[in-house]
Amino acid sequence: MQTRKKYIFLTLLASWLLLFFFGGDQLRRFAFFSERKAESQRNWPHWTDQSFLKSFADPEELQSNGDPSVLSPRERRAAQLSIYKNSRCRMETCFDFSRCEKHGFRVFTYPRDRDQPISESYSKILTSIERSRYYTPNPKEACLFILSIDTLDRDHLSGQYIHNVDEKIRGFPLWNSGRNHLIFNLYSGTWPNYTEDLGFDIGQAILAKASFYTESFRPGFDISIPLFPKDHPQRGGKRGWLYQDSVPPKKKYLLVFKGKRYLTGIGSGTRNALHHIHNGKDIISLTTCKHGKDWERHKDTRCDKDNVNYEKFDYQELLHNSTFCIVPRGRRLGSFRFLEALQAACIPVLLSDGWELPFAEAIDWGKAAVVGNERLLLQIPSAVRCIHPERVLAFQQQTQFLWDAYFSSVDKIVHTTLEIIKDRLLQHRSRSRFLWNTLPGGLLALPHFSTHFGDFPFYHLQRGSSPSKKFTAFIRATCTAGSLSQPILRLIQAVSGSQYCAQILVLWSCEKPPPPSGKWPQTTVPLTVIQGSSKVSDRFFPYAAIQTDAVLSLDEHTSLSTSEVDFAFVVWRSFPDRIVGFSAQSHFWDAEQRRWGYTSKWTNELSIILTTAAFYHRYYHSLFTEYLPVGLRDGLAACEDILMNILVAAVTKLPPIKVAQRKQHKEAVLQQVGHEDGDAGTPLAGEWSPSPAWSPPAKGKGTAGGRHFSQQQDCLNQLVDWFGYMPLVSSQLRLDPVLFKDQVSILRKKYPHLDKP
Amino acid sequence: IMCASAKYNTRGPALIPRMKTKHRIYYITLFSIVLLGLIATGIFQFWPHSIESSNDWTIEKRSVHDVPLVKLPADSPIPERGDLSCRMHTCFDVYRCGFNPKNKIKVYIYSLKKYVDEYGTSVSNTISREYNELLTAISDSEFYTDDVNRACLFVPSIDVLNQNALRIKETAQALAQLSRWDRGTNHLLFNMLPGGPPDYNTALDVPRDRALLAGGGFSTWTYRQGYDVSIPVYSPLSAEVDLPERGPGPRRYYVLSSQMSLHPEYRSELEALQAENGESVLILDKCTNLSDGVPAVRKRCHKNQVFDYPQVLQESTFCVVLRDARLGQAVLSDVLQAGCVPVIIADSYILPFSEVLDWKRASVVIPEEKMPEMYSILQSVPQRQIEEMQRQARWFWEAYFRSMKAIALATLQIINDRIYPYAAISYEDWNDPPAVKWSSVSNPLFLPLIPPQSQGFTAIVLTYDRVESLFRVITEVSKVPSLSKLLVVWNNQNKNPPEESLWPKIRVPLKVVRTAENKLSNRFFPYDEIETEAVLAIDDDIIMLTSDELQFGYEVWREFPDRLVGYPGRLHLWDHEMNKWKYESEWTNEVSMVLTGAAFYHKYFNYLYTYKMPGDIKNWVDAHMNCEDIAMNFLVANVTGKSVIKVTPRKKFKCPECTAIDGLSLDQTHMVERSECINKFASVFGTMPLKVVEHRADPVLYKDDFPEKLKSFPNIGSL
Repeated sequence: MQTRKKYIFLTLLASWLLLFFFGGDQLRRFAFFSERKAESQRNWPHWTDQSFLKSFADPEELQSNGDPSVLSPRERRAAQLSIYKNSRCRMETCFDFSRCEKHGFRVFTYPRDRDQPISESYSKILTSIERSRYYTPNPKEACLFILSIDTLDRDHLSGQYIHNVDEKIRGFPLWNSGRNHLIFNLYSGTWPNYTEDLGFDIGQAILAKASFYTESFRPGFDISIPLFPKDHPQRGGKRGWLYQDSVPPKKKYLLVFKGKRYLTGIGSGTRNALHHIHNGKDIISLTTCKHGKDWERHKDTRCDKDNVNYEKFDYQELLHNSTFCIVPRGRRLGSFRFLEALQAACIPVLLSDGWELPFAEAIDWGKAAVVGNERLLLQIPSAVRCIHPERVLAFQQQTQFLWDAYFSSVDKIVHTTLEIIKDRLLQHRSRSRFLWNTLPGGLLALPHFSTHFGDFPFYHLQRGSSPSKKFTAFIRATCTAGSLSQPILRLIQAVSGSQYCAQILVLWSCEKPPPPSGKWPQTTVPLTVIQGSSKVSDRFFPYAAIQTDAVLSLDEHTSLSTSEVDFAFVVWRSFPDRIVGFSAQSHFWDAEQRRWGYTSKWTNELSIILTTAAFYHRYYHSLFTEYLPVGLRDGLAACEDILMNILVAAVTKLPPIKVAQRKQHKEAVLQQVGHEDGDAGTPLAGEWSPSPAWSPPAKGKGTAGGRHFSQQQDCLNQLVDWFGYMPLVSSQLRLDPVLFKDQVSILRKKYPHLDKP
Repeated sequence: IMCASAKYNTRGPALIPRMKTKHRIYYITLFSIVLLGLIATGIFQFWPHSIESSNDWTIEKRSVHDVPLVKLPADSPIPERGDLSCRMHTCFDVYRCGFNPKNKIKVYIYSLKKYVDEYGTSVSNTISREYNELLTAISDSEFYTDDVNRACLFVPSIDVLNQNALRIKETAQALAQLSRWDRGTNHLLFNMLPGGPPDYNTALDVPRDRALLAGGGFSTWTYRQGYDVSIPVYSPLSAEVDLPERGPGPRRYYVLSSQMSLHPEYRSELEALQAENGESVLILDKCTNLSDGVPAVRKRCHKNQVFDYPQVLQESTFCVVLRDARLGQAVLSDVLQAGCVPVIIADSYILPFSEVLDWKRASVVIPEEKMPEMYSILQSVPQRQIEEMQRQARWFWEAYFRSMKAIALATLQIINDRIYPYAAISYEDWNDPPAVKWSSVSNPLFLPLIPPQSQGFTAIVLTYDRVESLFRVITEVSKVPSLSKLLVVWNNQNKNPPEESLWPKIRVPLKVVRTAENKLSNRFFPYDEIETEAVLAIDDDIIMLTSDELQFGYEVWREFPDRLVGYPGRLHLWDHEMNKWKYESEWTNEVSMVLTGAAFYHKYFNYLYTYKMPGDIKNWVDAHMNCEDIAMNFLVANVTGKSVIKVTPRKKFKCPECTAIDGLSLDQTHMVERSECINKFASVFGTMPLKVVEHRADPVLYKDDFPEKLKSFPNIGSL
């Protein structure tokens, strides 16, 4: 027994020891086996010697990989010029920048040849260029050239196809193998394969083409433009269909398509599959086989049933009532459908693989469209269903912004094309993607003014910044008796009393020299006199002396008190993109005369704030001077007030803001020209005339003012014609101090002065 | 398994009954000792710290040198050269990625092997430190999968970061024999130093067929837009040197060039600039007379002056990044790290991550031809813009340049965004530095729209049991021309609403919604019955507002549809004594809130209030039965960044017959509670979103000397 016991004991002890030394490890392996083993496979291993690994390049190699023995930079560039031509063109190899240096970005259109027919669309394109501020009739000044040969339709089966383009082009002395030329095209290639070939050699010309295929697109050089119908408006354009942000943003249908089903040929892959996602409830995908002459030859078993279904729905109705719209490729990559969906705020779901999207160099389509994949058509329904309502709402609004900013008229499409090219010329003075994709859009945000977001009036909210806390008073003085009049002295006193006033600028628009500095009143803020010409548009010139964001535009006859100025400025800081001022006018549609009219009579609405007493952002000086063609600006010299208001409204799409005023300016004399539209009461007699800035007050108010007023009516219509729509927006409100005219102690009020009768 | 059986062999209990009792105790003691020993073993072996320390010897110790060897026969296939026409829709197999609710691609990494040719000579360095870091980062990311069959993207472990460190043909052969190679479809290669002497191609020379290339020196001719990814050339210095962020602002030098091996032609052009502009331009070069042991890469010299690199970059506003033999330069990374604005002079260079990063906000790109004008071009950049660029440059470095991990993840995210474009990361997320993201707002109703008047508004009256007053409110509100529907939210579960016949007869539909619980948030629920965008929230005791006032309020809302437009104005103030926010209901010159006892707003905010209210505010409000209106003010101001609009002079809202505790009470405890709400909400929002303004909206002709009958809104009450 004892020995047995001993043996047992020893065995146990031995096994215990064995277990202790080896077993733990084994056990542990067992316990964690499945997990550990898998993990060692699952992740990239942590090498024991990973800290000893060599770097991918030694520091010397990274910091000096030069090999000066090879080509010098200049030689290399010269060599590139000869290699990278035609299909491999880039701006640096195919574009002559030196042509744009002296005169800036000027665009020349070849004189139109009477014998040469031009399509409606191409003629609109040419008109757009001629209307733009970049147009020059002188080829010597030009940086960019546009042919007068219609190159829009290069489908040689089409009636508008122009033959022998090569030959014609070669005859142009300015052609220079296409350098610095811009060629527009909407349709290229033809049945059956619809190639990108234009049927002539474009050489080194920039191609602005619809339905661009990424492979033939020369990045940074060509421009993809949208396909637009021939009745696309020249200017202005119809507004988008989103009138309000609906919540939830989902509409009756989720996803719709109505169009042709190609049974054979290019593009049929996608079009032939679209009917699969139709569910008859929230996804409507209707196809018809009826197209072409011999469709019945190819027809399959679905055709008859589909054709019947197809007729049951109206395309326009579907557009209006769907959240998403499928925009598949047709025979070519782009289609009219794209712009139609965009305008209808029906979020485009693109099924067009390889399509270089319109203006993709500038526009971030990810914010306004769902870029689908033709091969994944069947995933589209679940993918769009999963998009959150907030994103849908943002998508819808972005479609409307893009439509209105870049697509709603031929003018906008062409001007966007030009601006994109212009941005390439001066890289450091070009728009960042933010500027292109944020309201009010690239055409209205001029990089020449600044490239810093905080310098513009529109981006403060998105950037978390705020406009500067001071303003510049800008007083336009015309010739008076030679000495300073009482009103201007009082005005300077009142304005300089404002705690927010940084400086006073006086624009001396008079041939006589301004009074010597001793004659000007002593002010706490610096007062500078700028010698101006007699041109009225001078008052909106972007003077370098204006350093603050806010400008208080004044006239020598304006009468304002310090508290009025203070209050208006505080309001402006809340609305830095709008005009904030005192005297208002309003526009109206005169149905009888079928024209726009405007009235300075007291009405319940307002849409114009006179710039004789108004705060606005200094950016608008730049916009006024640069954005509008010189001809238009100077031709409408008499109504720079209206022009400014229209311009700002075109930018903001919102009305100006009227603020409380101590003493109302009254207007009487001009009623004979004002339209009796019955919405205003009897004007009251008063001492104010609407335009003292340009008619010396010494002259009789009646006739001079009257002529002036009718002139203004004319230019309102002229401007609406130029813009293509009426940008002015009416407002029914006025902003007053919170305790304005309230029956509380005057001591409580911050702006008691405004209450005084 | 061995271990398990050993354990069962020692199992004693079965034997015990056969023993004598005397022995049994003995054995039991013995077994207890064994058991204790086992436990001790367990504790010793399994103790957490011992796991860590024993990590390497339990999972087999693996060194890079131990990885399997693969011999490549001389005649093994070579892939086609890269196909320049490849795009996602032609060369990429999306079916591998599929639709998934997370919208994330799955990335597989091939295991590491060492490749040798027939003679046993290795093809390349097995793996570099950086590539190992990159693969580790991918493996640790949520993109990673170990299941080769589920993978959408394949990353070979063959290191091609530096073309000069590998043999081109053999590397290509190694790629071709990868198990899923399939012409390189869905394979992603990372390369930072492409090309080699003498012509330095701008893309990796290794034939790679359809594989995607994340390359560090693409030119516009080799970059396949939308297919390849342009990545930075990583600078290992960024891991070595810690350059603390330096605030933006003017620095000692205006322009600095720090590159050592510039082409003499460039150098002479730079020197010409220096001669012209003097001290503000600093051109540095390699140091020639450094003492031994000082690494040349960390020093730069100008004449006899020695500067520390990269620290010297922080002394300059702009730093020149010139092309060299290659387009991509590691110095770009150093420059960004120093918060110096890069001046990029490299024609046709595709900047890193240019598909998503907006380089115009962080750099100045100057054509090579324009180098002589560089100084004047730089001077035309506004000072504020320079400061923003400095911040932006540093942010780009921190987010996308600082480590191989950052580079790897940004690359994968870009490819992910192409495959799931509807879930892509936005421009703002890629480009805005955190400080801007924090202070900026993106208004959900950003489009400037003035909704058509015709739709009208829906009035929502929250009521408990004040039926008489409720009926008066209904009667008054129904007189407003633009009212399109009236919704009564009956918040009393103990009492039924009055019979239908007793309700006032009005011209618009009247709906009564009964709620399940008496909660204040019921007032802001986005009921399906609300068919208009405009909502008028009105308390059941607000009977003093005239029809003109309400109609005018609606018109004002139309001009400001993204704001709260209301009648009772309130203010928040900073109490300097108590160091916290205070609620103010006195008639002050300022307004920062309007109470929803009578306010118009967009229906969208009902949706936000109900589903997107941050933190526990919603529950807190319901629990305290107070401050739902302040919460709404916070919510709207936070999401739009805009102030409220107070309409008309009206300030008194107590109805004559209501008692003091009812309605908008001025009771002291009430004020304390309201102040607490403001402090609570400000802490939840992490900021004070409310905006103070000094204006209110009145009709254009309000109090003007003008015949009342001709005014649109003559009947605007006072106070």
